[in-house]
Formats: sequence, structure tokens, C-alpha cells
Amino acid sequence: MVNNQSKLGYMWKFKTLYFLSIPGLLYFLVFKYVPLFGSVIAFQDFNLFSGVFGSPWVGFKHFERMFSHYDFINILKNTLLLGMYDILFAFTAPIVLALLLNEVRLMLYKKIIQTVMYAPHFLSWVIVSGIFVGILSPESGVLNVMIGWFGVDPIYFLGDESYIRTILVGSGLWRDVGWGTIIYLAALAGINPDLYEAAEIDGAGRWKQTLNITLPALLPVVTILFLLKIGDFMDYGFERVFVFQNPLNIQNSEILDTYIYKAGLRQLQFSYATAIGVFKSVVGLTLLMIANTLSKKATGESLY
Amino acid sequence: MRHASLSRKIFMVSNYVFLTLLGLTMFLPFMNVIAQSFSSGGAIDRGEVMFWPVEFTTHYYQYVFADVSIWRAFGISVYITVVGTIINLAATSLLAYPISRQEYVGRRLVMILILLTMIFSAPLIPQFILMRELSLTNTLWALMLPTAISAFNLFVLRSFFAQLPNEIIEAARIDGCGETRTLWSIVLPLSKPALATVGIFYSVTNWNKYMDALYYINDRSLYPLQVKLRELLITDDLSDTGNLAFEVTSQSVQGVQMAVILVATLPIILLYPFLQRFFISGMLIGSIKS
Repeated sequence: MVNNQSKLGYMWKFKTLYFLSIPGLLYFLVFKYVPLFGSVIAFQDFNLFSGVFGSPWVGFKHFERMFSHYDFINILKNTLLLGMYDILFAFTAPIVLALLLNEVRLMLYKKIIQTVMYAPHFLSWVIVSGIFVGILSPESGVLNVMIGWFGVDPIYFLGDESYIRTILVGSGLWRDVGWGTIIYLAALAGINPDLYEAAEIDGAGRWKQTLNITLPALLPVVTILFLLKIGDFMDYGFERVFVFQNPLNIQNSEILDTYIYKAGLRQLQFSYATAIGVFKSVVGLTLLMIANTLSKKATGESLY
Repeated sequence: MRHASLSRKIFMVSNYVFLTLLGLTMFLPFMNVIAQSFSSGGAIDRGEVMFWPVEFTTHYYQYVFADVSIWRAFGISVYITVVGTIINLAATSLLAYPISRQEYVGRRLVMILILLTMIFSAPLIPQFILMRELSLTNTLWALMLPTAISAFNLFVLRSFFAQLPNEIIEAARIDGCGETRTLWSIVLPLSKPALATVGIFYSVTNWNKYMDALYYINDRSLYPLQVKLRELLITDDLSDTGNLAFEVTSQSVQGVQMAVILVATLPIILLYPFLQRFFISGMLIGSIKS
């Protein structure tokens, strides 16, 4: 009791600290936790006028509807495929690029290349899509002009569903590959140079050094970032896909996030769209937990 | 230095070639946008414009600058970037400082609760309903309040505050500074580099904001620049944008689109030198923690 009182006294002494933190705590409570618990409307027939407390409970009705929707499998497939391609390319490319940049000895050159490669990261997806629409345009796009030199007929890339996934993954690479190298370059800079010297005296070539020193040193960072990426697996990004979508490529570009927006905010099917959102989060969390367990066993690295 | 082997030389040369090509892939699309925005409609449509203007014209810029709705959208974006970033910095510092102090009992719990929001994010619809209940839809607050604190930036600032020497803060307290005073006159001035990093991250996010506007804003007069830009990019017909002086028939729509892209990118280009100075250190402070 005495202990508790002194603890309270201690807290009282620094009451201003707690007072200062109130706006921030309120922010997380109101804008993050309230809507999180608002997810319960996935199990209701939510009506704006009755609100969360007045709307009738309907169990898994909206989830059943989701699974029986004729296009659901296709949308899920698109979401998973894009997520997989993104891990395959957008996750690995920065690692390779960082290794290559690390070999560059001309500092001025390195600086220029890095400056240029970081820049696209700061453009909005709307602008990135605008640039790509320009480059890929069938009449005036640079890419079509270039393939025209080889006698290939212009291709309407964005109007053909068979190209859209490549465009989505490619534009993501263009925008973020340079940015992704920062953290790996930092990890590379942190490797003790004595290790390389010792390896060289032992007669190890550059390639051997990369294999036996550099890669093992990168492994923890790679694992952690990989797990974070898996956590985001289902969050491929509404904006990125939405800005490239058109009726001609929608068959291969509709993902859960864009579908949620259309079903929820355009057609006002609140509970149905929330059910899809809850499904998305559950799948994402499951993937994260599986990956975390596997990684803990394989490399000893884990998020929790 | 030892002599490099032949395979090493081949590797180095191909590495430089590859990186240069990659750099060009990043850079040339910008040149293409600039070139098209200064080229005649005919030249663009014939596919003659590559990386340098053909039949130079500033027609599109005259059009863009004459369009009131573009200016208004530009103004809205400037407003949410300036005011929004001030809100971001104030809200983030006010929470980051207390949870960086040893004296704050329960800081670990607070941090776990914040970390959880990074993993579990609420679905769109409950967020939308909340915004409606708070009467924030169709106001610019909808673009500033729900994003007031980013958990990542909060952790960056918190780690920065936490590594400030404790003696300075103790000394301020002994001199009779209250916590608010300590934060305002000691901690924040010492944290200028961290604040600049975080502030720049926030302002880029605010400038690029599109999704939130799409979700929460219906009133066209409140559209920020990205939404306006998106409209211009998907409409091949500019005749309804209200500028009758513009002859759509004789000019390329694409030229206008490229000019608007450039106008919308300009603030980022102007900020970039400052950006670059800070973001690397910012990324590192953030990542060391996790």
C-alpha cells in the first residue's frame, strides 16, 4: 500500500508528462482503436441510422456472401499473385542493388546514382501512374516508339489485362528500388573491415568474401524486413493499383482493397465491405505468424 | 593496392554499365515528361518527342495556369501540407517526449499499444463511419487529423529524444523548468535534425495525399491537387474543365497532362536537396530501434 502510494506520488510529481501525452493517446484511441473495434459491423446488417449498437446481428452472413461472390476467387487470386510477385522482385531487387552499389569505389558517381535512384520514391502514385501512362501510350509513348524501331506494332499496354501485373510490379520497382537499398547499405557499412582483410590474407576472392562475410551479415536485416513484408502481404496498396486500373485491365488488377472501396463506399454495402476487410486482416496476420514461426526455427530471427 | 584480376575488372565495368543504365531508367521518364510538356500537340501525337522538346511551346503551361480549379487544388494541397505538417509535428513530439522519459510509468505499455496499430489496421468502412460520426467528412480536417501521428515517425522521434543526455534535462528541472518548458526550450531545439527529418517525411506524405481525399471528400472545391491531377489524367476530354479558351482539337491532351504532372511535382523537386540531407539519417535512427 505504501509502495503504491509512493508510486502514485512519483507519478504525480511528473503529472505534466502524462498531461502532455493525452492528445497523442487520444489520437490512437479515437482514430486507430475505435475503428478497429468498429470492425464488428462485419457481423451485423449495419445501418447508418441505427449505428453499431442498434443494427441487427447476422453472424457470418456477409462472409458467406463474400465466398459465394462469382468474382471473389479471381480477386483473391489477383491479390495473392501481386503479393507474391512483389516479394519475388520488389523485395529481392534492393538487396542485389545494394550489393552492387557497395562495390562502387568512385564516391561521386555513387552519390549521383543514389540521388537519382532515391528520387522517384517521393512521387505520389498518381504522378507515377501519369508518367507510366505517358510512356506506355500506344501512339506517343516512348516505349512504343522504341519497339517500333524493331518493327513491332504499338501495344496498348494499359488496355490489355495480360500486361497489368507486370506494369504494377514494374512501376513499384521503379519507384522504390533505390529507396529500399538505404537500409541494406547501412547494414553493409556496419560490417567490420577487418573481416575482409583477414579473408583476403586467407586467399578468399571477392566472390568468396561476399558469400561468407557480406551475406551472413545482411541476413538479420533481410529476415526482419522479409517478415515485415509478409505482414503487409495483403496490403498491396489501394492507391497503387487503383491509379492504374481501367475497365480493360480490371480482370487482372482488381484486388481486395480496390474491391472493398467499390463495394463499400461506392455501393454503400458497409457490412459486406467490412467483412472483406476483416478477412483480409485475418489472412495477413496468419501469414505473418506462419512466417515468423518458420523464421524463428530456421534463422533464429523473429519479430516477436 | 593489389592488382585486380581480370574477372574483377570485367565485373567492375559491367557493374558501372548496369548502374548507369539503371540510373537512366530512373531519370529519363522525367525528361520525357518535361519534353512532352513543352512540345507541340502534333509532335507528341506523331510520337516524335523523346527526351527533348519538339516544336517548343509553353501553351500547356498557359492553359494550366489559367485554370482556376487547378490553382485552387494547388492551394488546398499547400494548405494541408503546411497546416497538416505543423499538426503532425506538434502531435508527434507531444507524445514522443513523455514516452522517451524514464519517469513515464507505463511507457512500455503505450509503445506496445502503438505497435499493435501498425500490425492491425482497421478496415476502411469503420474508419469512414467514424469520420462521418465526427462530422469530419467533406472538411479538410479529414485530410489532417486521421494521419496526425505516424507510428513510424513517432518511434523515430522517441529514440532521438531518448538518446539526449539525461543530465541536460535534469539540469533544466533543477533550474525550475516545468516539463512543458523543458520540452519547448531544451529538447525541441536540440532535436532540430530529427524534427526536420520527420517533418520532411510528413510533408511529402501530406503533399501526395490522394486516397484519404478520395474516401472522405466529395466537395469538388476541396479537392487537393493529386485528386485534381488524377481527374485530368483519366479524362481524355478537357472541354468540361471550364476553360473555353483552350482549343482541345489543336493541342495534345497529353501535353496538358504532362504539364500538370510537372507542376504537381515541382514542390518535391524544390524540396529534394533538403530531403536528401535528412532522410538517410532519419531512416537509420528509425531502423536501429527496431
